[in-house]
Amino acid sequence: MTKSRISMILGSILLFGVFLFPIWRITLYAPQYPSGLSMDIWVNKITDENAMKNINILNHYVGMKMIEPDSIPELTYFPYIIFALAALGIIAAFIDRKKVYLSWLAIIVVLGILGIYDFYLWEYDYGHDLSDMAPIKVPGQAYQPPLIGGKWLLNFYATSYPNLGAMFFALPMLFAGFAFWTKK
Amino acid sequence: MKKHNLFLPVIAALMLMVSCGGPQGGAETFKKPGGALSSNAAERVYVAPGEYDEFYAFLSGGFSGQLAVYGLPSGRLLKVIPVFSVDAEKAYGFNEETKPMLETSFGFVPWDDSHHPELSQTDGTTDGRWIFINGNNTPRIARISLETFETVEIIEIPNSGGNHSSPFTTENTEYVVAGTRFAVPNPQRDMPINEYKGNFKGALTYISVDPEDGDMEIAFQILMPGFDYDLSHSGKGKSHGWTFFTTYNTEEAHTLMEIGASQRDKDFIAAVNWKKAEEYLAAGNFKEVPANYVNNELDEDSHTATSTKHTTVKVLIPEDCPGLVYFLPTPKSPHGVDVDPTGEYIVGNGKLSADMSVHSFTKMLNAIENELYDGEAYGIPILKYDEVLAGIVTEPGLGPLHTEFDAFGNAYTTFFISSEVVKWKVGTWEILDRVPTYYSVGHLMIPGGDSKHPDGKYLVAMNKITKDRYLPTGPEMNHSAQLYDITGDKMELLLDFPTIGEPHYAQAIPADRVMQHSKKFYKLDENTHPYKALNENETRMERDGNDVHIYMTTIRSHFAPDNLQGVKVGDVVYFHVTNLEQDWDVPHGLAVMGARNSELLIMPGQTETMKWIPQREGVYPFYCTDFCSALHQEMQGYIRVAPKGSNPELKWSLNE
Repeated sequence: MTKSRISMILGSILLFGVFLFPIWRITLYAPQYPSGLSMDIWVNKITDENAMKNINILNHYVGMKMIEPDSIPELTYFPYIIFALAALGIIAAFIDRKKVYLSWLAIIVVLGILGIYDFYLWEYDYGHDLSDMAPIKVPGQAYQPPLIGGKWLLNFYATSYPNLGAMFFALPMLFAGFAFWTKK
Repeated sequence: MKKHNLFLPVIAALMLMVSCGGPQGGAETFKKPGGALSSNAAERVYVAPGEYDEFYAFLSGGFSGQLAVYGLPSGRLLKVIPVFSVDAEKAYGFNEETKPMLETSFGFVPWDDSHHPELSQTDGTTDGRWIFINGNNTPRIARISLETFETVEIIEIPNSGGNHSSPFTTENTEYVVAGTRFAVPNPQRDMPINEYKGNFKGALTYISVDPEDGDMEIAFQILMPGFDYDLSHSGKGKSHGWTFFTTYNTEEAHTLMEIGASQRDKDFIAAVNWKKAEEYLAAGNFKEVPANYVNNELDEDSHTATSTKHTTVKVLIPEDCPGLVYFLPTPKSPHGVDVDPTGEYIVGNGKLSADMSVHSFTKMLNAIENELYDGEAYGIPILKYDEVLAGIVTEPGLGPLHTEFDAFGNAYTTFFISSEVVKWKVGTWEILDRVPTYYSVGHLMIPGGDSKHPDGKYLVAMNKITKDRYLPTGPEMNHSAQLYDITGDKMELLLDFPTIGEPHYAQAIPADRVMQHSKKFYKLDENTHPYKALNENETRMERDGNDVHIYMTTIRSHFAPDNLQGVKVGDVVYFHVTNLEQDWDVPHGLAVMGARNSELLIMPGQTETMKWIPQREGVYPFYCTDFCSALHQEMQGYIRVAPKGSNPELKWSLNE
C-alpha cells in the first residue's frame, strides 16, 4: 500500500470524528451568566438542551425566533454528506490517481466553504428576522452573532469559535493534500 | 411558705459558688468591651465579595422551629430552611405537596421547637449527606437533605413527652437517638399527676437511618424510669456501640420542678449498650406494643410528601435485658453529656455543681465487669461513682452546660451563669483559658466538635440573652452568637452576629463536603408529579365535581394559560404550577388575590399546588412573586369567577 493510499483512507476515516465532537460553539456572556451560556453545534444536533432553552428564553425578549434543531434541515442531511465524502475518499484511494485526490480535496474545501456560508446565513436570519411583537425593540439593532470572534449584542457579549469537531473536517483536507503531494 | 424555705439552700449554694468560682474585681468587670480586640479580627472574618465561606454552619432556630444556614467565618445568613414550622415565603406547610410533612398523630401541627441539628457521620466524621434536627414539643425528628437544603423526612416519636436528648447520631449514622425530656404515663392514660412516681416512664428511642437513602424508622425503644432525659451523645471509637443520656429529676418530682428536681447531689448518666439491644431484638426479647405515630416523607421526583401512620413499636424493658443499661452517678442535674474524640472520656456537665465530673469509658467497662455497683434503680445497676470517674475539672465556672472538643486534646465548656467559655485539657483537667460571652451562653459549637475528627479552627457560642449587643429593636431581640478563633493558646473573639429564633445548638462542616453536591435545579424529565404539565401543550383545566384542577406552567415571563374561566363560587380550585425553567436560580411564584393561603414559590422543574377557594364572583388577578426576569412585572393573569350555582364552561387560553 502506498503512502498516498494510506493517507487518503485515514483522512476518510477521520471524517467520522465530526460525530464525536461539536464543530462550533457560540457562547453568550452577561452579568447573570458570568461563565456563559454555551450552545454547541454538531454536524447533526445542537446541545445542550438546557442552554438552548435558556438562550431561546432570553432571545424571545428581542423577538428572535426559537432555535429549534428540528427546523434546521442541515442537521438532518449533513451527516449523509459526511458519509458520501468518506465513501468518495475510499473510492479515491482505490483509484489512487493524483487528479482524483485533488478532485476530492476540491470537493471537501468547497463543501467546507459552503457550510460556513450556510452557517452565516442562519446567523443572519436569526439575528435579523425579528418579531414585530418583540417586547424589547432597539432601533437599528440586529442580533447576528459573529461568524468567528466576539461581538457585543446589547447586554450580551457573544463569541463564536470552531470547536474540536471542526478539526475532523480540516485534518482530512491535510491528509488528502498529502496523498496528492506524495502520489507520483 | 414551705416553698420559700426550699429556695434558701439553692440561693446559698449559688452565692457560695459565686464567691469561690466567680470572676475577681469590681463592677468594671461587667463593662461592655470596647475595641480592645486584636487588630486584625476584621480581616479574619472578612470574606470578600464573591468569595465563599470556609464552613457551612447550621444553627437551629429554637422556638422558630426552623434551621438557619450561615457561612463561617463571615456569619452571613445563607438560608433559612423550614423544618417544623410553616413558612409562607416558601409555601412550606401551605402548598398541597408539603402539608403532609407537618402531619402528626395529633393532626396538622404548624410549629415546633427545634433544638439540636446533627450532621450525618461516616466513621465518626461529618459526611455532608444529611442533617437531622429534633422537634421538642410534639416529639419528632426531621432529616434535611444537604443536596437540596430541604426537609425531606419527619418521623414522630411515640411514648415521648418532649424530644430533647435528640437527635444525636452514632458514628456511622446507624441510628439517631431520641430521649424524652418529660416522662409520661406508659401506656398513656387518664391518671392523677401526683401518682407520677413509678407510673410515668421515659422512653429512649433508636431511629435507624438507611445508609443509602436516609430513610428513618423506629428500630426500638427502651422504656426507662420516669426521669427527665436531658441530652445524649453516642460513643465513638472504643465506645462505639454505647449511648450516654443525662438525667435530671431522678427525684421523680411532678411539681415545682426547679426545686423538686434539684435535691439530689447526684443524678445519673444512663449508659445504653445499643449493640446489646440489637442482640435482644434479634433474640426476640422485646415487646411489640401499640403506638401511634406518623412518618412523613418527601418524594423528590413527585415533589410531594406523604404521611404514613404506624401503630406498633418494639420496646425493650431494662429489667428484662441485663447488660442493656447502667447508671453513672453524676453531679448535679447534668445537662450536656459529651464524649471526647477518642471515645474514652464522657463529660457530664453538672449544671448545678461547682465542679465537673468526667467519666472514663475504660473504667466503666471495668466496673461493669467486676459488678462494682452502688445499688440499683428500677432494676438498672448504679455503678460506683469513684470507680467510673476519670477526673474532675475543679471550679471551672458556674452552670456548665455543654462541652465540645478540638483536634488537639482540648475541651471547651460553656457556663451559663458566669457567661463564659472555658478551655481545659482533657486528661489533666487543667483550666487553660476563659473568655466571656454576651450573654448567658447555652450550647457552643466547634465544626466537627462532637465527632471523632474535629475540624476545629472556630468556636461559636450561642447565647440566650442579647441585651445591648446590637441596635435595640424593642423588647424582643434576635439572640446573639459569637465567633471565636481557637487556633491559638488563647481564644479570641472575632465576631458577634444575630441569629433567628433561638440558636439552640449548631453544627458546622467544611464547605467542600457539601457544596459540590448542591443541586441547581430539578430535572423536568424526572418530574413525576401527578398534576405536572411538562410543556405548554399539556396545560389545561379539568373539572371533577366541585374541584377544578388547573394544569399551569411558568416560563420567563408568562403563565400558561393566563386567562382562566369556568370557575364558580363554591368550587375548590387547585393551581398545579410546573416551572418549566431548567436553569439555576430561576424560581417563579404564584399569588392569587384573596387566597387564604400563602404564595407558591416553585423551583425550576418542580410542580407545586395552591388550593384556592373563590369566595366572590368577579375577575381576580394572579401574578408571579419572584422577580424572575426583565418582564417579571408583566407576568400576570386573570381568573374569572362565576356566581354560585351557575354552570360556566371551562375555558383557558394564552395569547388568544
